[in-house]
Amino acid sequence: MSLFSAGDPVRVRDDWPETGGAVHIRTPHYVRGMPGEIRAYLGRFPNPEDLAFARPARDLALYHVAFPRQAIWPEGQGDDEILIEIYETWLERA
Amino acid sequence: MCSGVDTEPHVLTDFDREVDALRQLLSLKGLMSVDELRRGIEAIPEPEYHALGYYQRWIRSIADNLLRRGVVTEAELRRALAAA
Amino acid sequence: MSAPDDLLRVSAERLLVAIRDILAEKSIVSPAEIADRIAITEAASPAQGGRIVARAWVDPLFRQRLLGDGTRAVEELGVVMRGAPPLGVVENDGSVHHLVVCTLCSCYPRAVLGYPPFWFKSASYRARAVRDPRGLLAEWGTIVPAGVKLRIVDSTADYRWMVLPRRPEGTDGWDEERLASIVTAGDMIGVTIPKIA
Repeated sequence: MSLFSAGDPVRVRDDWPETGGAVHIRTPHYVRGMPGEIRAYLGRFPNPEDLAFARPARDLALYHVAFPRQAIWPEGQGDDEILIEIYETWLERA
Repeated sequence: MCSGVDTEPHVLTDFDREVDALRQLLSLKGLMSVDELRRGIEAIPEPEYHALGYYQRWIRSIADNLLRRGVVTEAELRRALAAA
Repeated sequence: MSAPDDLLRVSAERLLVAIRDILAEKSIVSPAEIADRIAITEAASPAQGGRIVARAWVDPLFRQRLLGDGTRAVEELGVVMRGAPPLGVVENDGSVHHLVVCTLCSCYPRAVLGYPPFWFKSASYRARAVRDPRGLLAEWGTIVPAGVKLRIVDSTADYRWMVLPRRPEGTDGWDEERLASIVTAGDMIGVTIPKIA
């Protein structure tokens, strides 16, 4: 039911649907295009991009994905990390 | 945005509590998802967004969503606003 | 279809009264339901969170269940989770300190801790928690040692996250009630760590 497993290297799609009109996206701007690592599969949840417009929403796999903080912002300590919930449709294999 | 954080406790007003409760009830009744609330908040034009408080944005989004879904009609809202 | 702007550009207080009146008139939401819901919301509080943390400190099996499935574990303690998003619990130890933020809005483990504090919803907290987390923590006087990894949990989607802090030294033999009394909302979000008064 889920494409990725804990430990898999992934990349967040470098996609900016906001430029095409009204959307609601739960993938923060600061991780678009960034490499990360799957930490856990969190279950399946209806796609918020459809729920936000009261449209029928299909269930998507949701993962906890870790990103090295310094790869996003160079300042700060080396091994700090950011852990984010990301839907499978936003992830590609790295 | 990179200024200091106001860590002081702030007391919620009756207005805040009512909007918060209304949001929860509309979700529980299947009349507005939390994602619709967020969409409506994000749709507020930027200058107005910054001029509004946290729960002021919520009630604006709630009203927008109820109109979009037809739970409340424009005519009903005009009438009720005139009386409010 | 979107509302004409003039309809929504009224004072928020007037808008609430109007919406509330219409929903009551149409028997969609009654004033009594609103009052009940406010009471239910106020039943959750940092004190309730403190009770959960204290139990995890004294009962290793409960701690395991809490980390495995937060929702089910807190239900054992009588926390009402029906209708609430799933609760995830992340544990601080000697090598990792967790800090919870919602950069996109203000997702907060409300079913457990109650209303989110003002600072949690502020733009500066939400921006700096990911950009300058150690500088942010210093504003609370919280220093994460250089050898300890800081893991920021950006709560973006369907879970609500809460931190299980470390039990402070000098609390041996304390009962659960006394342990619970030292745990604050900030400790369970990660901006502070429990301190003995």
